[in-house]
Formats: sequence, C-alpha cells, structure tokens
Amino acid sequence: MIRTEGLTKRFGRLTAVDGLDLDVGEGDLFGFLGPNGSGKTTTVRMLLGLVFATSGGIEVLGRPMPGAAREVLAQVGSLVEGPAFYPHLSGRANLTLFDAAGPGSRRDRRRRVEDALARVGLDGVGRRPVKAWSTGMRQRLGLAAALLRAPRLLVLDEPTNGLDPHGTREVRDLLVELVKGGTTVFLSSHLLAEVELVCTRAAIVDRGRLVAQDRVDALLGPTGRVLVTTPDVGAAADLAAGLPGVRLGERRPDRLAVHLDGTAPEALNRRLVDGGVRVRELVVERPTLEDVFLRLTGGLGGRPAPDPGEDRRVPG
Amino acid sequence: MFLVELRKLVGRPRTWVTIALLAGLPTLVAVLLRVTGVGPRPGQGPAFLAQVLNNGALFPAAALALVLPVFLPVAVAVLAGDTVAGEASAGTLRYLLVRPVGRTRLLVAKLAVTVIFVFLAVLVVAAVAFAVGAWLFGVKPLPSVSGQTIAAQDATWRTAVTVGYVAWSMLGVAAVALFASTVTDSPLAAALGALAALVTSQVLDLLDAAAALKPYLPTHYWLAFVDLFRTPLLWHNVSRGFAIQAVYIAVFLGAAWANFATKDIKS
Repeated sequence: MIRTEGLTKRFGRLTAVDGLDLDVGEGDLFGFLGPNGSGKTTTVRMLLGLVFATSGGIEVLGRPMPGAAREVLAQVGSLVEGPAFYPHLSGRANLTLFDAAGPGSRRDRRRRVEDALARVGLDGVGRRPVKAWSTGMRQRLGLAAALLRAPRLLVLDEPTNGLDPHGTREVRDLLVELVKGGTTVFLSSHLLAEVELVCTRAAIVDRGRLVAQDRVDALLGPTGRVLVTTPDVGAAADLAAGLPGVRLGERRPDRLAVHLDGTAPEALNRRLVDGGVRVRELVVERPTLEDVFLRLTGGLGGRPAPDPGEDRRVPG
Repeated sequence: MFLVELRKLVGRPRTWVTIALLAGLPTLVAVLLRVTGVGPRPGQGPAFLAQVLNNGALFPAAALALVLPVFLPVAVAVLAGDTVAGEASAGTLRYLLVRPVGRTRLLVAKLAVTVIFVFLAVLVVAAVAFAVGAWLFGVKPLPSVSGQTIAAQDATWRTAVTVGYVAWSMLGVAAVALFASTVTDSPLAAALGALAALVTSQVLDLLDAAAALKPYLPTHYWLAFVDLFRTPLLWHNVSRGFAIQAVYIAVFLGAAWANFATKDIKS
C-alpha cells in the first residue's frame, strides 16, 4: 500500500528524512514511531504530496506520489498534525465544505457526512460553530473528515491527541474495526502503548533514519531473560547456575532473574522443579514497545536516553 | 471546487463589511457635499468632485476616484493576501490539498473568487454612488471634462468601461497580493507586502528622478479613466493602463502559480 525507497528530504542543510525505506502491506495497521523531530510528520506529508521529496521514490496504492496524486488521494483519508477547520462554521458545514469536491449527488454527500459523523460519535452534534468545541470533539471531527470517502488507506498523525480515555479507546476500536473491513491504516504516533495494543506492524525512525521495521510481535521478541518467582531463591540460583551458558541476574527475596543465553526456558523450569524448588511463576520476559523504542532511538550516536518517566504519559 | 470557494467568500461577514465600507466613504462624501454645498474648486481635489454638485451622473466616476488611491487597493490586497496564506495560518490549507483536486485547480478557484470580489466591490461602489448621486444631485446630461456635453447613453457605457478599467487595475493588485500569499503563511504579511509594492509605486510616481520608470509603474495609469469622460475620447492612457496591468497580472499570477505548485506545505 505504501512503499518508499531511499526517501530523503533536506530543508536547507538539515536532513529531515534520510534514505527511508518503508513497506506497508495491504491490511496492515502500521505504527510509525519516532521521537519528536525525527521526521515523522515530514514523511507523512511526503506520502500525501504536501511536501516534495529531495530524492527517493514513493508509491502509495501502487501508484507514484506525487505524480498520481489526484488518483491516489481520492482513496486516502488523512489527519495531518491535528485537525483544522473553519472556526465560524458548524462541524457539519465544515465536513460538507471539505467533501464538496467529492463524487456523487448532493444527497449522497449529505449522507456521507452524516455517516462519518456517526462513525466518530458526533451524530448528535448541533449547529454550534467549531470554535466552541473541545479539543477532543475537534479531533473526532478530523477523523470524520478522514473517513468521509471510505478510504482504502488511512494516514493518521496522532489521531488520539486530546481525547479522554474513553475517546482513545473508541478510536482504537474504530481503527481495528476499519482494518477488519479491509482498510489499511498508517498510524504515526508517539503513544507507544497505543501502537503496541493495536498495530500489527511498526517502523521506528530516529533522526530521519529507519532504525527498525517489523511485525510488532517480532519487535517485542523475548529479551533472553526469565523471571522466576519462588520462595526458594537461594536454591533456585544454585540450580540455575549449573546450566550451560546461564548467568544469574538481579535477585530479590522472592524473585530471581536469569539470563538464558540459548537454554530453553522449559529446561530451566524442569531443573528447578526436579531440584525441589517451589516455582510459583516463571515468566519469559518480553520488552515493552517503550523499551525497544528507547533502546533503538536513545543509544545511537551517544545521545542520552530520554527520561522514560516523561514518555510514559497516558493518552487523553 | 469553485463553488466551495465562492461559498466561503459569500459566507464570510468580512466580505460584506468591506464592501459596505467601500460604498460608505463616497456616500459620506456625497452627503457632506450636499449639506454644505462646498465642492472643491474645479481642477482641484479628487477627480470630478467639483462637477458632481451640479450633476449626480458623474458621481459613480467620482466615487471610484475617491476609493481608488487607498481604500480599494487595501481591501483587495487584504482579501487576495488572505486567499492562500489565510488557509495556511488556519491550518486548513493542508486539508484542502489532501483532497484529490490538485494545486493548480485550487489556485484557479481562489483566483476566480478574488476576481468576483473585485468586480463586485467596484460595481457596488459605482451602483451605490449612482443611486446616491441621482438622489442628492439629480441626473443631467454630462458635461464632459473637456467642456462639451455627453449624452446619457454615452455616459452609461463610459461609466461601464470605467468600472471595467478600475476592476482591471485592482486585479493587478490582487495578482501581487496572491503571489505574496503563496510566499508567506501570514495573511497580514501578504497584504502588507502587496501594499508596500503599491506604495513604492505611488512614491516613485511622484518623484521626478524616477521619470523614466513612471510609464511602467503599476499605479501610474490608475486614474487614467478620467480620460474616458473627455470628448473626443482619449484612449491612449487608458489602453496603456490596460496593457501595463495585463503584464503585471500575467507575471504575478505566473509567479504565484509556479511558487504554489512546487511549494512544500509545512503549515
């Protein structure tokens, strides 16, 4: 659905996007992640033909962008860097203006607007001008605008910005539902928990470069550490240390971390149980997307990892 | 596409306030002239005003001469400067452009709406002035600037050409402002940019040292429509004015298009 090759954008001496190779397949719910200033928005804008690439190629829906923009954009819904509307008009009037270039009769268009409003839970909204709306309502209206023409591809930049937890959940469910219905979603976000919950594939960019692109479950592969919860920590440590390649990690009164380096977790479990250790819980540790993200975008080039506490903000 | 832009223009109170103000100034002048009976001495003050006291039929032309130096170009520059930059500063430009419409079409639609506004504004000023002039001063056959009489029929088409000429001159302003509007994301900067160009032109037009440049200045022939009320008609300056404006319009619209079609939309 989206394919870029060596996509590069320079603004003067600043290289915002540097040789990006993205590959988004049909039916993906694709998470596009990166720290602030990593070139996410510039990339989204290039995909939509708003910003012209310095070099490299873009294909959206199998057609070159921005060359085939008219044809491609007719099938793409998008939300770029927050919604924007004519503040003196109502939400409905805004959507009607936005859709006026669309196909179909006047009645078709009116129905399309109503459907889109209903889809994002704004169907009861009255004639109040958008300037009197809350951020969350505007965000929903932005989504409604993106959904107007039943797009094959949705390109969304921070779609849950400003939504409360209910709204965030609704949008998440909506996205999953859309993907089930055959829509491909390209979701640019820095809400890692959100991406981890819904996305099937993800790419991580840092300073304009692609640092990872894979299935989300592959990105979240085991760390090689196993956490054993047991009252017999001492005995467990002695037994585990006897296995080849195993290193002992952090030890607490009731928990032991073990680095397995090739040993199967089940082998460790067998040895502990056979040795009489009362294993309460044995967990193969997986990183959160946040761990992966911070590792990939923090360590490179000696930049200190951002304070994780700061990035753990809950949406809404 | 065009209809959407037109609806935006019509639906905006600002449009009508501007036009009302434009028509208001000549009306105020007419009322003052009527009440005091004191006109400028012939040959002084704004064109035609001296004659208006005797004949309201000249008032449309007089009204246009009143709003032409400042009021009208400011209104046109503000509106045309807002076309693209206003959408950019509101953040709506990116949403206009992610629709499958193409930048050239958007720009053409915006331009068409601007042209409509310019003609509408000039027409309303002329129409209101005609009504006010006829009501306050009465309509008689026109004495021409050169002394002979112009028949009523004749006066009508001369006024019509005047309206067209003034609108055409304002399209030159609109073209400059539209170009500025594609350069900056601030509607204010775009309008001021266009006005700065006009003020520069008007200053140079007063400067003897710039004599060689004068025939090419965009504002130089603005008031040449006075010649349309002479007998025999003096076409020379009017047609030169048309031609000069045509060049400015073509150059700046071309530049606006070239800039807008290749611009990175970062707003």
